[in-house]
Amino acid sequence: MANVVLRDVHKTYPGGVEAIKGISFEVGDGQFCVLVGPSGCGKSTLLRMVAGLETITGGDIDIGGRIVNQIEPADRDIAMVFQNYALYPHMSVYNNMAYGLRNRGMPKPEIDTRVQEAARILEIVPMLERKPRQLSGGQRQRVAMGRAIVRQPKVFLFDEPLSNLDAKLRIAMRVEIRKLQRRLKTTSIYVTHDQLEAMTLADILVVMNGGRVEQIGNPLDIYQKPSTTFVASFIGAPPMNLMPLRADEIKSQFAGDSRAAASAAGILGIRPEDFVISNETIAGGIALDLTVEAIERVGAETFIYGTRQHEIQGISANPGELPPGEVIVRIPGAIAPAIGERIRAIAPREKLHLFSADGRKRIDL
Amino acid sequence: MVEEQGIRRLVAHLILWIGIAVVAFPVYLAIVASTQEASLIANGQMSLLPGGHFLENYYKTIFVGTSGSTREPVGVMLLNSLIMALTIALGKIAISILSAYAIVYFRFPFRMWIFWMIFMTLMLPVEVRIYPTYKIAADLHLLDSYAGLTLPLIASATATLLFRQFFMTVPDELLEASRIDGAGPLRFFWDTLLPLSRTNMAALFVILFIFGWNQYLWPLLITTRDDMQTIVIGIRKMITTSDALTEWPVVMATAVLAMLPPVAVVILMQKLFVRGLVETEK
Repeated sequence: MANVVLRDVHKTYPGGVEAIKGISFEVGDGQFCVLVGPSGCGKSTLLRMVAGLETITGGDIDIGGRIVNQIEPADRDIAMVFQNYALYPHMSVYNNMAYGLRNRGMPKPEIDTRVQEAARILEIVPMLERKPRQLSGGQRQRVAMGRAIVRQPKVFLFDEPLSNLDAKLRIAMRVEIRKLQRRLKTTSIYVTHDQLEAMTLADILVVMNGGRVEQIGNPLDIYQKPSTTFVASFIGAPPMNLMPLRADEIKSQFAGDSRAAASAAGILGIRPEDFVISNETIAGGIALDLTVEAIERVGAETFIYGTRQHEIQGISANPGELPPGEVIVRIPGAIAPAIGERIRAIAPREKLHLFSADGRKRIDL
Repeated sequence: MVEEQGIRRLVAHLILWIGIAVVAFPVYLAIVASTQEASLIANGQMSLLPGGHFLENYYKTIFVGTSGSTREPVGVMLLNSLIMALTIALGKIAISILSAYAIVYFRFPFRMWIFWMIFMTLMLPVEVRIYPTYKIAADLHLLDSYAGLTLPLIASATATLLFRQFFMTVPDELLEASRIDGAGPLRFFWDTLLPLSRTNMAALFVILFIFGWNQYLWPLLITTRDDMQTIVIGIRKMITTSDALTEWPVVMATAVLAMLPPVAVVILMQKLFVRGLVETEK
């Protein structure tokens, strides 16, 4: 049991590329921390630095009160689950799990107890004598977790462990990882690019972009109050609708707003699920007149892709952002307007998000 | 694969059979000749059917040697060849797997430079560097010894390259998992890399054993004593006898015996050999 503290951590590769540009955060004892971000944002690099597989070129990493910058991976008291599982192909499942313990000179009976216990928890007892290639993806994943569990480390590190599984299994394993972590109460750091995984697993969510932290916090807080437009469009699916406030139709609806905060803002964000289709206008809120371009029905809910009638110049598009002028509206059920129809989507004032014109700052109304 | 039908299939098979006959006939002839009487062959009256002197000829070949000369019997030559081929094959594998391990997994100064040096030696087989190599072997008093027969042939760029290519396909995560599991460089090599290379080593062993077995020029230079002769050299020396009749049945029996160990190695290791060449699963 331990906490993990990162203090102004930097990583610069010998070629001069700066992958991590100064990151600080703390994961408390027994907490589940998820690093999320688009590919290339440095989240895996950061995890590997905690593991000791990458050198730290600046700052400190502290595991359980001990600065581990110069300590070998094996001596950091961590266990890691890799994306491709990295099981030893020539060893049986049992030996895969026991290998790390044997290398530490643990007595045989204790190894056996630990492996059997882990196998029981993960329900892989019948497979102990098999080789990894005889297992399915999900089973391999369990073995990889078993290898981490038997070590009883201070910290679990997960590097996109579910991305090689099919969608259904991924959801099942996601729940299991969470349950397991609650049960073992081991501090965990988990890397993923899947915002849904991030939202459901995390106690603390760290949203990363371009080697920096965009926002740290409780997942729901981040969802409700994204601090930048990047976070706003990355967390939540489909992404938040972002539109410039200078567009005439939006400007006019904000004209009555005298507060300075609103005038400093440049970008308006509304989540697809916060819209209601209605002909009314809403005091203090926003009404958008849309032409329906496409409909996606997924059963319990329907996504309407519309374009605003007043076309505007594009604002810089972040990854995962919509093309300018397009708006997604999520409505419950399967009854939707026809394509080409004109609709009005309204959103109440408390559901609006305002950002500075460069998207780097949230402005609270 | 589409199965050919009717006449096309017949023609294809016919061509294959002709090919087999062309390859197999000399071997058959050698076996037949090794069972006949020496005088019959010398008179040009050799029959194409096996004769009745099989046991007698082979006994003489293995344990006695050709009559009228001081040559060692083939048994000794077989042993010499075996020792040479095994030492070369195993030595090459051991040295090249270690050097490939160093080149792939360690960062040291001039790493790539050393790699290219090894690569360059591909262009310098024994035949090209025969004089300096002989000089060194002679200065080290390695003439007429097993060390002299094998050591100069053991360094192998080919095997090093092969292992290097194989190591590069081993996922980095395996090394990282080993590091987290507390395995040092030697442990990782011994516990993970070596077992994974098993089929590659088997494939290489087959190739290198035959390479070693078939060595001609080097043993011819480095050995002068009869009891150090390899079987490939022995066959040639049996044929050129200046003042006596060439004992063809013995020569042929020797040739047949010389073929057996490589054939045995190929047959025994065929399964591993093929897997080593085609296997991609890690």
